Amino acid sequence: MDVVELARLQFAATALYHFLFVPLTLGLSILLGIMETVYVMTGRTIWRDMVKFWGMLFGINFAMGVATGITMEFQFGTNWAYYSHFVGDIFGVPLAIEGLMAFFLEATLIGLFFFGWTRLSKVKHLAVTWGLALGSNLSALWILVANGWMQHPTGARFNVDTMRMELTDFMALLFNEVAQAKFVHTVSAGYVTGSVFVLAISALYLLGGRHQALAKRSMTVAASFGLASALSVVVLGDESGYTSGENQKMKLAAIEAMWETKPAPASLTLFGIPNLTTRSTDYAVEVPWVLGLIATRSADKPVLGIDDLLAQARDRIVNGLVAYRAIEAYRADRGRADLRQVIEDNAGDLGHALLLKKLRPDIENATDAEIAAAAELTIPDVPVLFWAFRLMIACGFWFILLFAVAFWLASRQRLEAYRSFLWVAVATLPLPWLAAELGWIVAEYGRQPWAVEGLLPTFLAVSDTGTGNLIASLAGFVLFYSALLVADLYLMTKYVRMGPDAVLGHPVAPPFQRDPIVQPAE
Amino acid sequence: MLDYETLRLIWWALLGILLIGFAVMDGFDLGVGALLPFVARTDMERRIAINTVGPVWEGNQVWLILGAGAIFAAWPAVYAAAFSGFYLAMLLVLASLILRPVGFKYRSKLTDPRWRTLWDWALFIGGVVPSVVFGVAFGNLFLGVPFDFDPNLRFLPDISLWSLLNPFALLFGLVSLAMVVLHGAAWLNLKTVGPIRDRARAVLPVAALVFILLFGLAGIWVTWIDGYRISSEVVTGGPSNPLGKTVDLVAGGWLVNFLRMPALWAAPILAVLGAVLAALLRGRALAAFLFTALVPPGTIATAGLALFPFLLPSSSHPAVSLTVWDSSSSALTLGVMLGAVVVFLPLVIAYTSWVYAVLRGPVTAEHIAADHTLY
Ligand code: HDD
Ligand code: HEM
Ligand code: HEM
Repeated sequence: MDVVELARLQFAATALYHFLFVPLTLGLSILLGIMETVYVMTGRTIWRDMVKFWGMLFGINFAMGVATGITMEFQFGTNWAYYSHFVGDIFGVPLAIEGLMAFFLEATLIGLFFFGWTRLSKVKHLAVTWGLALGSNLSALWILVANGWMQHPTGARFNVDTMRMELTDFMALLFNEVAQAKFVHTVSAGYVTGSVFVLAISALYLLGGRHQALAKRSMTVAASFGLASALSVVVLGDESGYTSGENQKMKLAAIEAMWETKPAPASLTLFGIPNLTTRSTDYAVEVPWVLGLIATRSADKPVLGIDDLLAQARDRIVNGLVAYRAIEAYRADRGRADLRQVIEDNAGDLGHALLLKKLRPDIENATDAEIAAAAELTIPDVPVLFWAFRLMIACGFWFILLFAVAFWLASRQRLEAYRSFLWVAVATLPLPWLAAELGWIVAEYGRQPWAVEGLLPTFLAVSDTGTGNLIASLAGFVLFYSALLVADLYLMTKYVRMGPDAVLGHPVAPPFQRDPIVQPAE
Repeated sequence: MLDYETLRLIWWALLGILLIGFAVMDGFDLGVGALLPFVARTDMERRIAINTVGPVWEGNQVWLILGAGAIFAAWPAVYAAAFSGFYLAMLLVLASLILRPVGFKYRSKLTDPRWRTLWDWALFIGGVVPSVVFGVAFGNLFLGVPFDFDPNLRFLPDISLWSLLNPFALLFGLVSLAMVVLHGAAWLNLKTVGPIRDRARAVLPVAALVFILLFGLAGIWVTWIDGYRISSEVVTGGPSNPLGKTVDLVAGGWLVNFLRMPALWAAPILAVLGAVLAALLRGRALAAFLFTALVPPGTIATAGLALFPFLLPSSSHPAVSLTVWDSSSSALTLGVMLGAVVVFLPLVIAYTSWVYAVLRGPVTAEHIAADHTLY
C-alpha cells in the first residue's frame, strides 16, 4: 500500500471509530436533559435517579468520544499536510470555532454534571445538563460546516501568490446548504441512536422483570423522542439527497447506479445489481418519478447519468489545464496581469486537471487518452455506494416502525405485555450504529476521488512523510483502539448488568416519591 | 479594519496566549498525573489526588484542542509542517493524551487493584509524556528542523524522531516537565489536606529550584547556538508564501530581540520570580498556586519573543523557514477568527471561573467515602 491508501485507511478507520461514540453522546445528552427537566418540574425523585443512571453510561461513552476526537484533530496535520495547507485558510475556521464555542462548553460543564449534584440547586444543575447537550450539538454543527465545505466548497477562491484556497465569504461557508442538510440529518441520527440505546436496555430490564419503574419511564421518553427523530432522519435524509443532486451529481448517479441520464421525471431504482462490466444495472426494480422529485424537486428536469457526467469532467480537465499552464508561466514572470486573469477565469477547473497527476507528472503534455482516463477517475465505487445507501434507508424506515409501535404501546401503558416486541427492541440495538457508519461511507467514500469536491484530489492531499510513519501509526491505533474498545464494552455491559440500584449505590426511588423540599446549599 | 501586518501580530500574540492558557490550565492536571505515584501512595490517596482535577481537567484540555484548531486556522502552513514534520513525536503525545480521558473515567469504576494500578500508570504517562514532548518541540524550534517546500508549497520534511531527541531539546523537555510538576504540586498543596498536601508542599521548593537551574542552563546554551535572521527586505503585509526571502544564520542570534528591547527581559524574570515566590510562600497555598501560574507565561513568552518573527525555522533550507510574515491565513480569515475569539473567549473564561468557584475547597477522604461515583 502507498502513502495515500494508508492515510485513507487510517482516516476512515479512526473517523468511523470516533463516530461509534459521537451519536450516542449527541442523543443521550438530549435525553438526559429531557429526563432532568421532568425531574425539576415534577419533583419526583425517580427521574433524578434515571438521569444519574443513564448519565453514568453516558460518561463511559463520552470518555471514548473525547479520546478518539483528539486523534481526528491531529490527523489533518499529521497525515494530510498538503490538504491542511491548501484549504486551512477556510477549513480551519469552523474547526477553531468549534473548539471555542462547543468543546469548551461541553468539556467544562461535564465535570459539574457528574459532581455538581450536591453543590448546585436543581435548576442550576438542569442548566448545566442542557449546556452540556448544547455544547455537544454545537460541536456537530461546526464540524459539519467543515465537512459540508469539503463536499460543496463555497465562499473561497484560489490565490496564485500563496498557491492555496482562501476565504472570500464567511457567510457562504456558514450557511452552506450542504452543511445545513448534513447537520440536521446527522444530529437526528444521533437522537435515534440515543433513543434506541435507552429503548433496548430498558426492554432488556422489562424482559427480566427488573427495574420496572425506571425502565418503563425511560422507554416512554425514548419512544416519543425516538419517533420524532426517526421521522426527521428520513425527511432530512431526503434533503441530503436533494442537495447532493444539486451539488454532487456524480455521487448521486453512483448511489443510484445510474449510467445513463434519466429523462424527466427520473425513476428511482429501488433494487438491482450494479454490473460494472456492462455498465448497467441488472434486475432493476424501478419506482417511477421518485428520483426526479428527490433530486431536482421538479417533474421536468432530467437527472444526469454517469456517462454524461464523464463528458463534463473531460471538458473541465481540458479547461483546468489552461489554468495549470498559466500558473507555470506566471511563476516565471510574476508581473503579468493577463496570466492572473487566465488563472482566475479557469481556477475552478484546476482540480480536475490535477487528476492527471495520477497518470504523469508533466500533466501539461497529457494526451487525449490520458484525459479520458483521468475523467474515469471521477466515478466513485458504484456497488459499495449503491448497497450502503439502500441499507441505511432500510434502517431508517425500520426505526420509524419500531418507534411508532413503541409509542403506541407506551401511550396505552402496555409495554411489558408484548415480550416479542421487547425482544425486537433489544435486537435493534446495533442498527443505528450500522446506519450511521454506512451514511458516512456514502458521504465520504462517495466523494472520492476528491478530498475537496472538484478542487483537490485525495491522492494529492496527503503528507510526504513516508509509509514507515503511517504503518507505525496505523499499527499503534489498531492495538490501542482495540484495547480501549474492550475496556469500554466491558464497563458498559458490566454497568448495564449491575442495573440502576447497584450503579447508584441505593435503590431507585419509588415512582411517586417526591424530593424533600429542602434544597442543597447554594 | 486592521491591516494585515497588525492582524498577523495579533495572531502571533494569540497563539502565545492559547499556548499559555494550555500550560497554565492543563499544566496543573498534567502535573498531578506526573506526581501521582510520588505524593499519593494508598488507593484512597490516589483517589483524592485524582479527584482534585477530576471535574476540571477535561475543560482544561480544550485549551490544547483550541490551540491546534487556531494554528490550523491562523497559521495553516505551520499546522501542516509541525504536525506532519514532528510525526512520531505528535503520535507519542496523542497516544499519551488519549490515555487520560479513559484513565480518569474508568479507573475507579472497578475495585480490582490491578485494574486501578493500570490506569494509575496511564495517568502518570499521560502527565509526563506530553509535558516533555512539548518542551522538546520548543527546543527544536531554536535549532531549526530539516525541511523544504516545493514550488506548489508542498511541505517536504526530512525529520526523524531520533534527531528531535537531541540533548539541547531534551533539556527543554526537562524545563517543561519541571514547570508542570511545580504547578501541579502547588495545586495539590491548595486542594488537599493531610499527607498529600505535606508531600506536595515538600516538592514545591525542589521543583522550583530544579526549574530555575534548568531554565537558566537552557538560556546559557541558547547563546551558544546559531539564531536565524531574515536577510532580505522584510515584507510584513505581503502574501503568505515562504519562498520569497533569504535567511542568514547568526551566532547568538536568538538574543538579538532581547538586546534590542531590554523590556523583554520581563518575561524570563517573571518565570523565575514566580517559581521563587511560590517556593517561599508555600504555606499560603492560594498565593503559591497563583505564583506558579506565572511560570508558564514567563517561560513561553521568553521562547516566543526570542524566536520572533520565526515560527518554524528550517535547518536544511533556512530561506523557506516559516515566519509570522509569510505563513499566516488571509487577512479575512484572521479577521473573522479574531471576531470569534473576542466574542467567545470572555464567555469561556466566565463560565470556567464559575465552575471553579462552585468546586472550590479541598477534596478530602470524607468526600470520596460519601460519593461512590467519584473517580
Ligand atoms: C456529528 C458529530 C461529530 C462529528 C462528525 C465529529 N465529531 Fe468529534 N465530537 C463530537 C461530535 C462530532 C462530540 C459529540 O461533540 C464529541 C463526541 C463525544 C464527545 O465527548 O464529544 C466529540 C469529541 C471530539 C473532540 C474532543 C472534544 C473534547 O475534549 O470535549 C475532538 C477534538 C473532536 N471531536 C474532533 C473532531 C474532528 C477533528 C472531527 C472530524 C474529522 C470530528 N470530531 C468529527
Ligand atoms: C465522524 C464522522 C465521519 C466518518 C465516519 C467519516 C468517514 C470517512 C471515510 C470512510 C473516509 C474514507 C474515504 C476513502 O478514503 O475512501 C473518510 C475520509 C476523509 N474524511 Fe471523513 N468521515 C467523518 C467525518 C469527517 C469530517 C467531519 C471531516 C471534515 C471535517 C472529514 C474529512 C475527511 C477527510 C479529510 C478524509 C480523507 C480524504 C479522503 O479519503 O477523502 N470526515 N472519512
Ligand atoms: C430513509 C432514510 C434515509 C435517507 C433518505 C438518508 C439519506 C442520506 C443521504 C443522501 C446521505 C448522503 C449525504 C451526502 O451525499 O453527503 C446520508 C448520509 C448520512 N446518513 Fe442517512 N439517510 C437515511 C437514514 C439514515 C439513518 C437511519 C441514519 C442513522 C441512524 C443515517 C445516518 C447518516 C449519516 C451519519 C450520514 C453521513 C453524514 C451526512 O452526509 O449527512 N441516515 N443520508
